[in-house]
Amino acid sequence: MKRRDFLKSATAAAATTAVTGPAVFSPAKAQARNETLLIVSESGPNNLDIHGVGTNVPGYEVSWNCYDRLITHEMKTGPNGQPYYDKDKFKGELADDMKIDDMSVTFKLKKNAVFQDGTPVKAKDVKWSLDRAVSVGGFPTFQMGAGSLTKPEQFVVVDDTTVRVDFLKKDRLTIPDLAVVVPAIFNSELVKKNATEKDPWGLEYTKLNTAGSGAFKVVGWTAGSEVIMERNDKWTGGPLPKIKRVIWRMVPSAGNRRALLERGDADISYELPNKDFVELKDSGKLNIVSTPFSNGCQYLGMNVKTAPFDNPKVRQAVAYAVPYQKIMDAVLFGLGTPLFGAAANAPTQVAWPQPTKFNSDIAKAKALLAEAGYPNGFETTLSFDLGFATVNEPVAVLIQESLAQIGIKTTINKIPGANFRTELNKKILPLYLNVFSGWLDYPEYFFIWCYHGKNSIFNTMSYQSKDMDAFIDGAVNAAAIGDKATYEKDVKGFVDLAFTDMPRIPLFQPYSNVAMQKNVTGYAYWFHRRLDYRTFAKS
Amino acid sequence: MLSMISRRMLLVIPNLIGVIIVTFLLTRALPGDPAAYFAGPAATKDAIEQVRKQLGLDKPLVLQFGDYVGDLAKGNLGTSLTTGQPVLTELRNRLPASAELTLFGLLLSMAIAIPLGILAAVKQGSWIDHTCRVVATAGVSLPVFFTGLLLVYFFYFKLGWSPAPLGRLDVFSSAPPSITGFYLIDSLLTGQFETFRAALSQLLLPGMTLCIFSLAPIARMTRASMLAVLASEFVRTARASGLDSRTVIITYAFRNAMLPVVTTLGMVFSFLLGANVLVEKVFAWPGIGSYAIEALISSDFAPVQGFVLTMAILYVALNLLIDILYGVIDPRVRLEG
Repeated sequence: MKRRDFLKSATAAAATTAVTGPAVFSPAKAQARNETLLIVSESGPNNLDIHGVGTNVPGYEVSWNCYDRLITHEMKTGPNGQPYYDKDKFKGELADDMKIDDMSVTFKLKKNAVFQDGTPVKAKDVKWSLDRAVSVGGFPTFQMGAGSLTKPEQFVVVDDTTVRVDFLKKDRLTIPDLAVVVPAIFNSELVKKNATEKDPWGLEYTKLNTAGSGAFKVVGWTAGSEVIMERNDKWTGGPLPKIKRVIWRMVPSAGNRRALLERGDADISYELPNKDFVELKDSGKLNIVSTPFSNGCQYLGMNVKTAPFDNPKVRQAVAYAVPYQKIMDAVLFGLGTPLFGAAANAPTQVAWPQPTKFNSDIAKAKALLAEAGYPNGFETTLSFDLGFATVNEPVAVLIQESLAQIGIKTTINKIPGANFRTELNKKILPLYLNVFSGWLDYPEYFFIWCYHGKNSIFNTMSYQSKDMDAFIDGAVNAAAIGDKATYEKDVKGFVDLAFTDMPRIPLFQPYSNVAMQKNVTGYAYWFHRRLDYRTFAKS
Repeated sequence: MLSMISRRMLLVIPNLIGVIIVTFLLTRALPGDPAAYFAGPAATKDAIEQVRKQLGLDKPLVLQFGDYVGDLAKGNLGTSLTTGQPVLTELRNRLPASAELTLFGLLLSMAIAIPLGILAAVKQGSWIDHTCRVVATAGVSLPVFFTGLLLVYFFYFKLGWSPAPLGRLDVFSSAPPSITGFYLIDSLLTGQFETFRAALSQLLLPGMTLCIFSLAPIARMTRASMLAVLASEFVRTARASGLDSRTVIITYAFRNAMLPVVTTLGMVFSFLLGANVLVEKVFAWPGIGSYAIEALISSDFAPVQGFVLTMAILYVALNLLIDILYGVIDPRVRLEG
């Protein structure tokens, strides 16, 4: 019998773990183990504050769990039977009550809400925090703008526990935008005390310390190796979490993360290669939850400003040449939702993402390419982000192989993660793989960023079309005034146009995969795709 | 001796100046635009420019260099953007982790390779000699990360003898109070034997990985230099005088064979510092190697410069130490130096 197996059987309370040393026999430690969540992931946060300069995605997870927003989403059952945020329903987190008028919304704060240091949450904290979000610049300000929240004057302190947010214009995305990660509420007095003249918003302090009213607070952080969080027992934003302590360790090697899970030493990991997830799922030792990215898809983009991709026929030819099914099978191992091959007579849905009517059809692709004036094909480069090579590299190779069959010779161009965004932003890459996923799950939100003629940086193809803009603007306006018929007509309109002009070819909707021990329950899917510790429990 | 040391110290200064200039230029030549990277995925052109200004990257290169040197003079190595912490603090926190691992690996390796090398030389052509050759070949031909993963697979995943590869201590142990920064030493000094045991068991696999990697040069060099010395006249004289072979080999032969071995140790130590980068990745070791790699990937200048500078200082210090050791081992070197 192995020593670890012996330990396991000897301590029923610690049955799921294998902590080294005799200390495990103490009931207190076993209890601690049961109230502790050990998460392993590839990379960790670089900033504990979502408003900071260059806060990375793992940083969002800390902010989400350590800060409250005024409102948050209700939960519903998702596509795979797991808890999933309900994009249409809101509930109070710091707010007790939300009253929406024609051109403003009024929040009443919870009376007993306190920050982690014990000071009560006041309306002035809310105003200061929202002012901060629209003023610090960079990503937070940009995200607030997506919901037409741009000016500090919009946030009004009515009395100590009442805050009003005025609308600059009617926008359906305003309320949802108050429930994303950015409009977190900070302990304004505490942060101001630590602000300096050069740093009026106290970003240096909140970079290293959490100053919120959220369910957890950071008690230890060694950048690049671990984050330790403890439960805030005074939390009022929801039912008190069962987990008392979260230890989040960075384990760069995917193989080791898998080993840690299989041996029961780690409770949760995401960011494993798809193949590992499939094998773990088949082995049945762990719970694997796969949820499609909301409002997201991986795509093959083309630069429509320069030849040969300025010709819609060429783009359609490429769309017919993509080996969709092979990508699903050989790269994703089924962990993705196909976005191709809708039936020819299938009506367009009022939803995003949705499948195109394209399928792999080399003969059709060849014919289209000949029609476009390239009977012998052409040469181009296919670029991708090396930071996501586990998926991108094999996809690129499969596409390269397929395109060769219609005469398009592609050179694969691997761009290191740090450089990819720079290259993409120049909008000169002729053909490239990328993912986009919006926090707000509305078709028009995706299209504003990716297809609108105002050419945001996510419109990586430089696609411009007056008809497209008319459809998108129409849908946005219709949504704001609740004109359902026009909204549906316009959404169908822009989806159809995107699939006719085909500046970017949707490949699949990626899955967010999470592997956890059998005794860990309470995983919930959120639009930001990071973990919410508040609902987790260990038995 | 003292004048030699001070003369050697003077030579260090131009070295360091060179290192500072070269790293500065090299990091600026890295592909990737840190401003675009740190402005975040949703940044507009204006936002990127704003970040560039904040980072001081809009200034001419000469001025940026001036800023950098000015900060260095104040002992400020800048702030890492990926981890958000001052580089100096980070390096100070992480250097002991890397140093402990590297030294442990080196000592382990010496403990095996030197006796092996001596035995192989003494019993040339015997099975020990062949073992030495096989071990050396295996050691050099296995890439460190591969050995590391292999060891984790067997000793942690399959057999369960080793604790989880989660850095210096398991999740539920707390670090000993920091005196030297070396967990093994600090835990002994404060009498925390449980922590010592935990730290040692975490150290064993990565230490073995480095040990396997560095066995070959040490064993081969010991063997070769022992062979040369054993064939020399003074050893023959010593043997002829009737000294027992133990005294001959250890006192006479080995002492004289040590010079090239010490040189090799110095080189191996610097190789190990490099190999550490990969080992740290495999074992989630919170050292400076993994820190530098992460910084490199995100074009984060300050930590890369800080890392190279630290390494340069380490190498210089190491070389100085070796030169001094030469003098201790063989006084004739002192005269020439």
